[in-house]
Amino acid sequence: MKRQIPLVLVLIFGLFMVIQYFIPHESSEWIYEYLLDWITIIGVFALVLGIWSLFKVNYDKISQRKPDRGYSLVLLISLFATMFFGFFAKVDGSWGLHFSTADGLQSYMYRHAYEYIIRPIQSTIFSLLAFFIASAAYRAFRARNVLASLLLAAALIVMLRFNPYLGPLGDYISEAANWLLNVPNLAAKRAIVIGIGLGMVATALKVILGIERSYMGKG
Amino acid sequence: MDFETFLWTTFGAFCTLAIFSFLYKDNPFYKFAEHLMVGTATGYFSVLLWHNSLYPNLFAKLADGNWYMLWLNSSAPWYLIPGLLGLLMWTRFSKQYSWMSRWPMALYIGISAGLAIPLEMSNRVNKQLYAMMSDISWGNFFGSGLFDPISGLSQVIILVGAIAALAYFFFSKAHTGAFGGLAKFGIWILMIGFGASFGYTVMARISLFIERVQFLNRSWIQVAFDSSNTNHHSGYIIAFLVVAMAILAYIVREIVAHLKKSENIS
Repeated sequence: MKRQIPLVLVLIFGLFMVIQYFIPHESSEWIYEYLLDWITIIGVFALVLGIWSLFKVNYDKISQRKPDRGYSLVLLISLFATMFFGFFAKVDGSWGLHFSTADGLQSYMYRHAYEYIIRPIQSTIFSLLAFFIASAAYRAFRARNVLASLLLAAALIVMLRFNPYLGPLGDYISEAANWLLNVPNLAAKRAIVIGIGLGMVATALKVILGIERSYMGKG
Repeated sequence: MDFETFLWTTFGAFCTLAIFSFLYKDNPFYKFAEHLMVGTATGYFSVLLWHNSLYPNLFAKLADGNWYMLWLNSSAPWYLIPGLLGLLMWTRFSKQYSWMSRWPMALYIGISAGLAIPLEMSNRVNKQLYAMMSDISWGNFFGSGLFDPISGLSQVIILVGAIAALAYFFFSKAHTGAFGGLAKFGIWILMIGFGASFGYTVMARISLFIERVQFLNRSWIQVAFDSSNTNHHSGYIIAFLVVAMAILAYIVREIVAHLKKSENIS
């Protein structure tokens, strides 16, 4: 009961989704649409588990007076404040929490939370990678053998392609970089994408046939 | 830029500098910005999911007034099933009943896995194979030069390169003889591809870094001291100085601590 029912559910729904793909009938598409809605709904309910876990870890830090608890307080305040402003809106002339209309998404604080907190921090975190990737390159780009030299040469050509100080050589480098990205890089990407596709199909088959059961956890 | 927007921009600039401060080491500014980001982003996307997914897909359909059953007034009462399954996910909170959360998980995994098989085969494998096997333009074999990406030669390199790279990952046959040569060519193609991708990623990150520096310079520092702005007053400079002084104070504190430490060592 505890392990068999989930295995049967995976088998039935998995096989059904494979078969329905090949049935061009409106009832098949109708069920397909409904099942897509279903997994969206289940996924959103699962999100609550994540939020609860985040809340509990940080609440415990505060209640147990652990060091750095101030940051947990910042996290919880920002979490609940953003949620509050996402639902708090003026509808029909009165302010209040509105769950059935999406007016909260247009509220001043909710929009500014994205524009002046999430966006700057997110793009700065990504731009930080410029520095870490440079230090990684210093270690990786040592021309120890032919393969490492190929990697180094390809990366250098692509990195130099927008360099304005190379004069007439710049045009050749730009052309070579364009070719590298569109020909050998495409060949490598194509092989990798085919490999990923076949790997995904193999894994999905293992899950449907009950060979892969790690999603059930222990117990 | 009005003062209110400038204050928000100042906060955005503070967050930007706080994240950049990680390049020195993990510090209170970075930790503050990191926790603020996690909290705000979680709240932001939870609300977005409620308004865009859960409410229209579940609650709106259970109460659209087309069909009456029990207390529901709905056109699609069978949407109760995913709702109940979603609630079963919450049995994870109980040690005794947590096994029931496997049912919705199984439904989710089963549908996703079943969906993945035809879609992956179609979107990744078949489409790539189809593109590989498209006609090679023999009439334009050398194209307009050595680095013409649409010449017949380039198309042949893509075809042979992709087959060779796949051969490199085929371990059921020993990499010896002609097959070994093909696999070796495959790893060359892969290394050139990785190098090009790496270079491309570096340039993309550098672009992002330039964008952040431009934000700090153009949208914050220049606006703080822009006397041609009709709204400009001393509040702009004060807001700028508060952030600048906080960062400066931290840098001075770190230098003093460092000097004290080196004095103690000597």
